[in-house]
Amino acid sequence: MAAAPGVSMGEALNRALHDAIEQDPDVLVYGEDVGPLGGVFRITDGLIGEFGPERVFDSPLAEAGIVGTAIGMAMYGLRPVVEMQFDAFAYPAFEQVVSHLAKMRNRTRGAVALPVVLRVPYGGGIGGVEHHSDSSEAYYTHTPGLRVVTPGTPADAYSMLREAVECDDPVVFLEPKRRYWSRQEVDLPVRTEPMATPVVRRPGTDATLVTYGPMVETALEAAETAAAEGRSLEVVDVRQLAPLDDGVVTASVRRTGRAVVVHEASVFGGYGAELAARIGERCFHYLEAPVLRVGGLDVPYPPPKLEHHHLPDANRVLAAVDRLQWESEWTDDGEGRVRP
Amino acid sequence: MRLVDRHGRRVGHSSFTAPDPARLVELHRAMLIGRRFNQQAGTLARQGRLAVYPSSTGQEAAQVGGVLALSDQDWLFPTYRDSVALVAHGVDPVRTLTLFRGDWHCGYDPHRYRCAPQCTPLATNASHAVGLTYAARRKGRDVAALAMMGDGATSEGDAHEAYNFAAVWNTPVVFLVQNNHWAISVPLHRQTAAPTLAHKAVGYGMKGYHVDGNDAAAVYAVVSHALAEARAGGGPAIVEAVTYRVDPHTNADAPQRYRDPAEVEHWKERDPLIRSERLIRDEGLLGDAEETERALAAFGAEADAIADTVRERLAGAEELDPRSLFTDVYATVPPLLEQERAVLADELREV
Ligand SMILES: Cc1ncc(C[n+]2csc(CCOP(=O)(O)OP(=O)(O)O)c2C)c(N)n1
Ligand SMILES: [Mg+2]
Repeated sequence: MAAAPGVSMGEALNRALHDAIEQDPDVLVYGEDVGPLGGVFRITDGLIGEFGPERVFDSPLAEAGIVGTAIGMAMYGLRPVVEMQFDAFAYPAFEQVVSHLAKMRNRTRGAVALPVVLRVPYGGGIGGVEHHSDSSEAYYTHTPGLRVVTPGTPADAYSMLREAVECDDPVVFLEPKRRYWSRQEVDLPVRTEPMATPVVRRPGTDATLVTYGPMVETALEAAETAAAEGRSLEVVDVRQLAPLDDGVVTASVRRTGRAVVVHEASVFGGYGAELAARIGERCFHYLEAPVLRVGGLDVPYPPPKLEHHHLPDANRVLAAVDRLQWESEWTDDGEGRVRP
Repeated sequence: MRLVDRHGRRVGHSSFTAPDPARLVELHRAMLIGRRFNQQAGTLARQGRLAVYPSSTGQEAAQVGGVLALSDQDWLFPTYRDSVALVAHGVDPVRTLTLFRGDWHCGYDPHRYRCAPQCTPLATNASHAVGLTYAARRKGRDVAALAMMGDGATSEGDAHEAYNFAAVWNTPVVFLVQNNHWAISVPLHRQTAAPTLAHKAVGYGMKGYHVDGNDAAAVYAVVSHALAEARAGGGPAIVEAVTYRVDPHTNADAPQRYRDPAEVEHWKERDPLIRSERLIRDEGLLGDAEETERALAAFGAEADAIADTVRERLAGAEELDPRSLFTDVYATVPPLLEQERAVLADELREV
């Protein structure tokens, strides 16, 4: 059977782990079922076979212990890359993440760095039963000291994971699990833009869709549809959610004058609130309409048969774009007068 | 601890006696129903009618033996693995599968069945059992609880906290640990350095029992004893039921990646149903040969009928109302969710 063209996001992540382990003897990978099974999503497939159980291994089933031991290892010069099996199963480790991983550098006035990568498959859209589909990014982005990143393409998945492993800050690496099977033509290894910089995924002139992770594909789909209807949407992929470098975002919105923030997480108190507030602060005089947010419903993640009602799709994005007060657009009537 | 060996022969024990013949028959009957239920649910998962199913084939004795030891007022705190325990506990078999069908997170009213929702975040419901029995005692009610977890779950911090709370508060909880030897792909020896999981009880000042989990009579006898002691103020206990997960972790698992099929065959020879059936036949617990045949056939027919009902009732697509997403998030629907409900209704009208 001929392989599907391109590289899937899952394959890109697997290759990034492979190359990181190969390159640096201090890198090791552990967690639940990452050994012979290769992880429940096969992101660590083949690694234990190639590098042996000293570099890649299964740990006892305890997330707080996984993150706690990773912190200890990092204090003594290793660079652990640990996996949380699913978003909601990272919660037992929350104490370690918030109280130690995020703060060690600050508490020790820079003496102790924690180069730990916490890989977390996150978000829904895979028909998972409860606790398998949370968009947990805002818990992490609200915690100063953590770098929170999330790739939207296979090339970024490779490059950003390599960069995360090389980074001297703790990185919460959020993997949009429903996009593990999304493919892209790319030659690995690849290095894309530094992860701290948002990128314009698709240029446009009428409005900006600001998004990340699983919604990058959705936003691009919406932009494609909008183009067919004569509206040009720019898509910005934030990539590193925290700390946020908002330059690319504000430049884009100042150009287009309209913005919709799109994420899969529930809207209320979500990361989109931060983006919208920032755009409001920095682009107020350029805006033709209030910044709108599109996301999931403000309910616990629904069961598989109802999740499609929760998940934002291109239609929900386009409905928000339609509400960006286009009717108030002022145009030059050709006689020097500007009219609505 | 074992009362019936794998050939269906009784094994003498100094502190425990086997349940009476009627109980032994009842255990067998419930296991038969459980086995058929597991098979039916597995088939439905393969057909895509269930989103996922974690089978407990091979673990029926541990689940049934534990649950039948409960008294009428007692509570069960099950995991995703314990659908058979729920069925034995009296929960409607179809509603047991609501979670795995993907219709809702829990398909039954926990108060009605004295059965908490099936728990997926490992070991996190064990402390709920402690709190519930504490509250019942405060209200003057004689309620004990059976908190179920797997071997892997005993590594979680939540397990340790629950054990400790139960022991310190002396609440009547029996922690039934089904040691099925695997936590997905991770074998027990990578999970713990303790000689047995029952040994863990010692550090909390509890009793720990190490039981042949494929011997329903033994599980029943030990859990009954532990519940009675706990109820009488003798403290909670850990019962480790040593068993085996014959099927993959769920229908989405790939066990060929991590375990030797010979191991599965070894355990199939120790199947809990084989030994209970042999015991019943050899000891004539259901009468003479002819009566036994008839009674066992009737049990089989009953199990088939339950499986058929499950299949038929799950055949049609249940209409799920998306507006129900907003109803039970809070005691009353707040304005924000009313607005979202209206927006969703608009979205649905447009498509
Ligand atoms: C806190 C938490 N971490 C990880 C998982 C993912 N997970 C589901 S089942 C499982 C293995 C559990 O093994 P065990 O406790 O032995 O129970 P079994 O599945 O064998 O019945 C894992 C790791 C989870 N459900 N909850
Ligand atoms: Mg297990």
